[in-house]
Amino acid sequence: MSSDAVTATTEPARDPDAPPHGLGVSLPAADARAKTEGTFPYAADLWAEGLLWAAVLRSPHPHARILSIDTTHAREMPGVRAVITHEDVPGTPVHGRGTADRPVFASEVVRHHGEPIAAVAADHPDTARMAAAAVIVEYEVLDPVTDPEQAFEAEPLHPDGNLIRHIPLHHGDPEAAGDVVVEGLYRIGRQDPAPIGAEAGLAVPRPDGGVELYLASTDPHADRDTLAACYGLEPERVKVVVTGVPGATADREDRGFQIPLGLLALRTGCPVKLTATREESFLGHAHRHPTLLRYRHHADAEGRLVKVEAQVLLDAGAYADTSAEVLAAAVAFACGPYVVPNAFIEGWAVRTNNPPSGHVRGEGVMQVCAAHEAQMDKLARNLGIDPAELRLRNVLATGDVLPTGQTVTCPAPVAELLQAVRDHALPPLPKDAPEDDWLLPGGPEGAGEPDAVRRGVGYAVGMVHMLGAEGADEVSTATVKVHDGVATVLCAAVESGQGFTTLARQIVQETLGIDEVHVAPVDTDQPPAGAGCRGRHTWVSGGAVERAAKMVRTQVLQPLAHKFGMSTELLQINDGRITSYDGVLSTTVTEAMDGKELWATAQCRPHPTEPLDESGQGDAFVGLAFCAIRAVVDVDVELGSVRVVELALAQDVGRILNPAQLAARIEAGVTQGVGIALTENLRTPRGLVRHPDLTGYALPTALDAPDIRIVKLVEERDVVAPFGAKAVSAVPVVTSPAAIASAVRAATGRPVNRLPIRPQAAVVTAP
Amino acid sequence: MGQREGAAGLTTHAPQAAQAVTLPTTLDEAVAALTALPAAVPVAGGTDLMSAVNSGQLRPTALVGLGRISEIRGWQYQDGHALLGAGLTHARMGRPDFAALIPALAAAARAAGPPHIRNAGTLGGNVASAAPTGDALPVLAALEATLVIAGAGGARRDVPVSHLLAGVEMLGPGELIGYVRVPLLHAPQVFLKATGRTGPGRAVASVAVVLDPARRGVRCAVGAIAPMPLRPLDAEHWVAQLIDWDNGRAIVPEALDAFGEYVAAACIPDPVPAEDGSVQQLPPAVLHLRRTVAALSRRALGRALS
Repeated sequence: MSSDAVTATTEPARDPDAPPHGLGVSLPAADARAKTEGTFPYAADLWAEGLLWAAVLRSPHPHARILSIDTTHAREMPGVRAVITHEDVPGTPVHGRGTADRPVFASEVVRHHGEPIAAVAADHPDTARMAAAAVIVEYEVLDPVTDPEQAFEAEPLHPDGNLIRHIPLHHGDPEAAGDVVVEGLYRIGRQDPAPIGAEAGLAVPRPDGGVELYLASTDPHADRDTLAACYGLEPERVKVVVTGVPGATADREDRGFQIPLGLLALRTGCPVKLTATREESFLGHAHRHPTLLRYRHHADAEGRLVKVEAQVLLDAGAYADTSAEVLAAAVAFACGPYVVPNAFIEGWAVRTNNPPSGHVRGEGVMQVCAAHEAQMDKLARNLGIDPAELRLRNVLATGDVLPTGQTVTCPAPVAELLQAVRDHALPPLPKDAPEDDWLLPGGPEGAGEPDAVRRGVGYAVGMVHMLGAEGADEVSTATVKVHDGVATVLCAAVESGQGFTTLARQIVQETLGIDEVHVAPVDTDQPPAGAGCRGRHTWVSGGAVERAAKMVRTQVLQPLAHKFGMSTELLQINDGRITSYDGVLSTTVTEAMDGKELWATAQCRPHPTEPLDESGQGDAFVGLAFCAIRAVVDVDVELGSVRVVELALAQDVGRILNPAQLAARIEAGVTQGVGIALTENLRTPRGLVRHPDLTGYALPTALDAPDIRIVKLVEERDVVAPFGAKAVSAVPVVTSPAAIASAVRAATGRPVNRLPIRPQAAVVTAP
Repeated sequence: MGQREGAAGLTTHAPQAAQAVTLPTTLDEAVAALTALPAAVPVAGGTDLMSAVNSGQLRPTALVGLGRISEIRGWQYQDGHALLGAGLTHARMGRPDFAALIPALAAAARAAGPPHIRNAGTLGGNVASAAPTGDALPVLAALEATLVIAGAGGARRDVPVSHLLAGVEMLGPGELIGYVRVPLLHAPQVFLKATGRTGPGRAVASVAVVLDPARRGVRCAVGAIAPMPLRPLDAEHWVAQLIDWDNGRAIVPEALDAFGEYVAAACIPDPVPAEDGSVQQLPPAVLHLRRTVAALSRRALGRALS
């Protein structure tokens, strides 16, 4: 791991035995022990005296008219305490993350398999499930629209129509033409975020008529506002307490069960709990947008891009969710991190009767990356240029203009990243290291035959934007309290495993020189910090914590500085000791505080962005992060089985704040990308979710994960970001599937235009 | 993230419901327990059963645990056969001493899943749940294994494994699979399986090939592509004649290729021409499956003869 730029802040010599401390060190996570020992409380572990169990009745049809709902039998079952339907929603009957278009309970029409219709509270989970099954719903089954291409012509599936958003991006000269033209049609499957812990929650009624919900929410304030609106309560009377989050690579929670949970608690006056089964989890939460992409790249004889034309069609499923934002990212980054003088990209997000799609790490951008990188491979092949070299001739750098007309102002070391992975030594071939145990495609007890295995090397470069785009107000608030030499951070940024609490502790250690820092549990009584996605907490919540800590620092130092007639800038805090520049003054933070308790609250709000206009132009993005990956795969060309041998990655990280955590985030992202590339696809024939379990939906295991080599981390500080650090989790997810597809292409000579790569697409039939 | 116990009367521990569980120590006691409580469900490794229980598809009122019956957790020898206890775990069958006896069954056991599944899942459970993807099943079919079924009053009856898997003979009420009798052939055996990934996964197709040098026979079974393992008998007889049994079991490479194609075509036949003589093509996914079966069969026989 390169660390050339880490030593920018001057650190005095520390006791080598002292625990790691401050920014740039691998501080271990505070909750690691509890999680390892199984004592960490997740939402599914909660229990309250006298609680009832909830169950949600979900639609078995992807599209049907509801003729009648009869809850009589369910209500009469012994042990059932409440049965609620659309008639029992006291507040706003619709909700939705991006657009409020989704009914709390379906009333007239069901638009996807798994849509909630009724909910039950009973004294036993089995009773609740049986009662939910006893609700008699009479359906008139309608033909589902499951092909997004049919959605344009189909009868409107929703009062808002079938077209959720259309962006026609026009940039440059439409008449421009290149010497070489390559075309391609690409399909990306439906990835499920598949959090390891399924959804769960507990709602507890309050004596004041309000309700408290204990949820594994990653955006507690937005959830609270939605819940309050649906309950017809003021937001102050609904409180969301965030419990342990068992994994989140997306908006992990399904409001389809959260809202009924609180309604049932309000209705019965009892605590109500629900733990989703894996099947419900697959039916409830949002998936990655299945995407159809059509591309035409024009290039000159040297391989320089002249024009890119593309059509991007996102299958949003039955409800809009965040599809409009996802489409903006897909269209804006459809050409990838390349200089493209002329770009004409049309994007549509359309409604179908498939399960709803929404935010999943790298959304929109991952799909287009697979397509634009496939196009670059095609160009390289047509022109007879090395694929890495062709990419290097086109890469973006700081100062270049994106197809949206936005100038790249942040560091964009794409060429450096790509050269780093290209120049890294290739892993040895089995014939060069015959003593090693070679894991063939198909696994240790698989059917792999060395004679049928071919190796391929492929490249991909990718980019993501950080923070919300198109004018979203990305603000976060944090409070830092110091008392008795112990600092506490209060910030509603949810720790979902991404390491925010560790980072917050490091920021306070760095700024205040205090070792013992605690991060308080999150609830909605704290000011909002926003959703945990697109690297926002590293940026805005980390920035808010730093500002609050600096304000506390000033409060500590001001009286001392005043007393000694010097400015606070001349005082330093290190390891709990305050020293002046000349060494005359030396005291401890605890002494300087003199038993006082110091508080400071601060906000961080990045510079504003603007929406894309009617031709897809505008400064819509706050920051960009880049990554280059070289994939090495082994393919058994008779069986079509693929093993990813190694992924070499170079990434633009701005500044390394915690090396171990950063490496873990990159490895997690790359492995999620391996899933998209090879196995993860939630099948929904005729709109029905098939195999909603972890046997049918194959997540990568340790054996599927390749050797991940972090070849280079480029630390060029992004001046507008707090600490100059960029978010690291999303861009490996975006880039690795494209790199793997490229390597399979190189190994087999097959086009590989669909992800996940099906075995029949990696078979070489002719000898 | 701190502990939240105590807040609003919340704890993190739910009381567990008690269940009626019997833990017999002999096969006959287990049969007696099942006969006495007809609603009870026998459970060995529980790798299939418990996922049905956890998902609410099965709510057994009582369980008869088979884990303490030591007589079915090992094996014994019986005139040229091994009598394998139905309680043998995949982990146990995967070990070298077992692999020396019945190599294909050991290979199937090692491929049967991740270590925690192999530690729990049993041979008898694999037969009883009879999932098409059960990895031991094609091996047992190729070995023409016989099940020893334990019934009330110490009764024992033999049922060929293929009869049970095909539903020709079923387990009666209160009956348990006690043992699996397999011949000891003292010759190479191969089990190969194709999955969609490098990590442990369910078979897309699997092939078991066993050689029977005493009878100069080759026996082959294809798993996972049909509800039960398929035996391509014609292909077996045909290829057995091409092997030079007295000369290091040599075979020409073309015969291996042809054997693969033969097995694949037998298991996934071409569509029957319609009345007007037009032939419908197999869908691409089925063609790929046929190619997979052909490659697996060719490789399996090639490895067995090499």
